[in-house]
Amino acid sequence: MNKRIYLDYNATTPLSDEVKKIFFAELELYANASSLHEDGRLELKKIEQARRECADLIGCTAPEILFTSGGSESNNMVFQTMKKVSLKNGRKTIVISAIEHPCVIESAKQLEKEGFKIIKVPVDEYGIVRIEAYRQALEENPLFVSIMSANNEIGTIQDIKTLCSMAHEKGALFHTDAVQAAGKITVDMKDWDADYATFSAHKIYGPKGIGALFVKKGTPIEPLIRGGHQEKGLRAGTYNAPSIAAFGHACLCAQKELVSYADKTRKLREKLRDGLIEKIPNIRINGHPERVLPNTLDVSFPGAEGEAILLHLDLLGISVSTGSACASGSLEPSHVLVATGLGPELAHGSIRFSFGKYNSESDVEYILHNFPPVIERLRKMSTLS
Amino acid sequence: MQDWLYSDVVKDHFQNPKNVLMEDEASWPCEGRGIVGNIQCGDQMLILLRIKDDIITDVRWKTYGCASAIASTSILSEAIKGMNINEAYKLKPQDIVSRLGGLPSNKIHCSVLGDKALRSAIDDYLTRNGKPSLAGQEEVEVICTCLNITDRDLEDAYKAGDRSWEELQARTKIGTACGGCKERALEKMHEFEHLYGE
Repeated sequence: MNKRIYLDYNATTPLSDEVKKIFFAELELYANASSLHEDGRLELKKIEQARRECADLIGCTAPEILFTSGGSESNNMVFQTMKKVSLKNGRKTIVISAIEHPCVIESAKQLEKEGFKIIKVPVDEYGIVRIEAYRQALEENPLFVSIMSANNEIGTIQDIKTLCSMAHEKGALFHTDAVQAAGKITVDMKDWDADYATFSAHKIYGPKGIGALFVKKGTPIEPLIRGGHQEKGLRAGTYNAPSIAAFGHACLCAQKELVSYADKTRKLREKLRDGLIEKIPNIRINGHPERVLPNTLDVSFPGAEGEAILLHLDLLGISVSTGSACASGSLEPSHVLVATGLGPELAHGSIRFSFGKYNSESDVEYILHNFPPVIERLRKMSTLS
Repeated sequence: MQDWLYSDVVKDHFQNPKNVLMEDEASWPCEGRGIVGNIQCGDQMLILLRIKDDIITDVRWKTYGCASAIASTSILSEAIKGMNINEAYKLKPQDIVSRLGGLPSNKIHCSVLGDKALRSAIDDYLTRNGKPSLAGQEEVEVICTCLNITDRDLEDAYKAGDRSWEELQARTKIGTACGGCKERALEKMHEFEHLYGE
């Protein structure tokens, strides 16, 4: 097998050619951006340019962008900051949704051990935050709310602007994990009015190990890593200039291509969705039918188990993800699918196809030709059919 | 493909499962039927046996589960053809795992259910024929049903020097799923203490 079809762009993306060019050229440069000499000053200039490019992608100002090692660090930083904020205003309740990324859930759990109260707001069958439950949670006057902009597994997009304004009415700070949304849909901090937002380079054709946290001007933030003046003392450590420059360029490209990217991936997603529905009986499309990332298609195949499906696809040269427990190493299927009310058979039998800019119609045709017999065979040998 | 998730044997049985029943169960009349597993955990296995004079003459199976579940049931089905039911009853999960060329430890618990399904099918055959069940005569007692860890595994662990629950867990991963087996496991360790001394 020569060609592989990569349909796991929500896990990570390859470097784009444009980003690669910037990144590789930058790797040749080595000056410390904090140095006063010309070599250093040049690097610092590039970092500040990247900061502006990142800011443009999410509709904020450059000084509101803080570079981190990625989404997990950004999310952890916000949660750790809340301890300090709580000391000042006495609030002890944190609201998250039931389908957050593990780094948000685990950060919340840690604060729970330290005396905070965590409210997990349920979602409906499509993965949309249940607004009545959310309103009720806000009645507790929380310190802080963290709700992702779009979900990594099912692609469901939340109405962050509304959720944020509801939180602000109760005096709560608002954070959104926009790692999956940035570069796929419009993310606009000025419009949404969030206090914090997380995004990451490697989901938008940039390198791994670099991300950012948006912190609205005047909003409190505490460093996780101390001992240097970088990022106004909020993130110590020598600047990762090549990655930052590449991240900036990835943001620039993502913004330029936002509409064409969405059109392209949506077309492929719909072709695959319609083809699967036509060719495979008894399947379930997960996530919201319209409020969904243009590139994300999550499907359950009752009677077949996700890891077995994934590995058959792998042998066909197709890379996807599954929400099955067997693939996670735990005994639990995806918490996201379970939160949308899926029973174990549907959750274990789920496959996520996530498209990107290097996919083509022929990829979808290859899948529609080769994949249906896999499901038919697994179902025939299954005890559940 | 360069580097697959499992051994070549697993890959082969996953891609070309042997003795699998692709049709309805009713299409393959048998003398003994056993089904084990739980959809909650993501694995279920059905084993159908044809038996003549206590010898397994043919076998068919169905599995809902991951690649290693499919492969382990397939390899078991090959191993038991021509076997006396008394011998088959004594097959251990470890026998299946070693025939597969090993499995990741987190896979053994759920995916190697074949031996249990087999014992259930043999007992069904015996019941249908008015013979006493072999229950209790299996070579092993499954202590931890989540991770399929038997008294034999505990005996080996005891001989290797484990005495505490924590030491046992470190070696065998016993009780790391539901934890319901702790009491029985410690009883067993107490037995071994009597058998082998401190």
